[in-house]
Amino acid sequence: MTDMAMRYGLLTLLAEEPAHGYELKTGLERAAGGSWAINVGQVYSTLRRLERDGLVVEDAATADHRDYRITPLGRTELDRWFAAPYAPDSAPRDELTAKVLLAIASRDVDVRDLLQRQRTAILSVLQAYTRRKAAAAADDLALLMMLDALIFRAEADVRWLDACDGRVARRAQPSAGEVRS
Amino acid sequence: MSEMQASGSAAAVELRGVGRVYGSGHTQVVALQPTDLSVRHGELVAVMGPSGSGKSTLLAIVGGLDRPSTGRVMVEGNDLGGLDSTGLALLRRRTVGYVFQELNLLAGLTASENVSLPLELEGVGGGPARDAAQAALSRVGLSELGDRFPDDLSGGEQQRVAIARAIVGSRRVLLTDEPTGALDSVNGELVMRLLRAHCDAGGAGLLVTHDAAHAAWADRVVFLRDGRIVDESRPASIPDMPEPIGSAA
Repeated sequence: MTDMAMRYGLLTLLAEEPAHGYELKTGLERAAGGSWAINVGQVYSTLRRLERDGLVVEDAATADHRDYRITPLGRTELDRWFAAPYAPDSAPRDELTAKVLLAIASRDVDVRDLLQRQRTAILSVLQAYTRRKAAAAADDLALLMMLDALIFRAEADVRWLDACDGRVARRAQPSAGEVRS
Repeated sequence: MSEMQASGSAAAVELRGVGRVYGSGHTQVVALQPTDLSVRHGELVAVMGPSGSGKSTLLAIVGGLDRPSTGRVMVEGNDLGGLDSTGLALLRRRTVGYVFQELNLLAGLTASENVSLPLELEGVGGGPARDAAQAALSRVGLSELGDRFPDDLSGGEQQRVAIARAIVGSRRVLLTDEPTGALDSVNGELVMRLLRAHCDAGGAGLLVTHDAAHAAWADRVVFLRDGRIVDESRPASIPDMPEPIGSAA
């Protein structure tokens, strides 16, 4: 789980009700549809940073645990985060994009074969996600929506590979094929 | 599962060296190179590939809508090469169901009448045909809407009627070409769940699609390029696949 998701995840849960560290760990796991492995140490270190920034405070300790609660400043910060839309980076920096673009630059790589290997690998993962979705309970919204996120992103990768394939196929000339062989 | 076992090891669909060439001489176009492919009972196989890769040709040949130039096509034990046009028409009514992007529901017939039509063409009486139509509509979750006309149904409901018509009676082989058409993602997923359920219940499905998220409902995804199968994918094993909360051992 990223520091950012952890930070706002904790604020979201604490805006509902005060809670102690372990409750927050299980609450985050539930909210994420079981997709994020949550390290309880990361929960506590993030809580300390939130406390330092004045976004949460520690309630009086009871015998066996300490509850945290959100401050007015914390609520303002959480509202600001939900209100600010996420925008994707302008330049894709993932390995798939890099591999395909570099393959175009290379004379030694058969780009269409590379695109097909990549397509098969992503479909194979998509099939696994879809099996998971087929087996999920209809009311497990967090899990279904998390799987949708994985599926639609992988689908977008396949569409991009298809588009690359189309461009390479159109560009290909008999002489270009000889250069590669 | 029991149905799968009952049908033995014979594939529902079996292609051996099936190729299709249009035209001849200088203008000859190879739509499909000699291809082997089988679909077992209980299995959903997706075919993906760019336009012109041969996937629709493949589907038309399996459905008896087109004849191969070479090779042998077996569908539920019938050798399609040995069937004349009457035999192929019978096969399409008795053995094979289609779902296309274009719904082709008849606007003047109710949902139930659309679904029972293939049986009535086959000579099944009105009562049994209606019962079978009702059973098929209930399998697609539309048991209450049989009396509606297509225009009074949503796009998703119309497509489910088309699926009911394709699986009505004893037909088990389901051939589909972009069956989710212009449906939104929730209705598209519902259609895919129905195709999956049909195969899980012992049917066999062949799905042609551009859409990776739909192809991913299949047990195998076959990739065509230039009329040739170039690769095939099966579900990956993902060790850290999320589990529902509380289900962990």
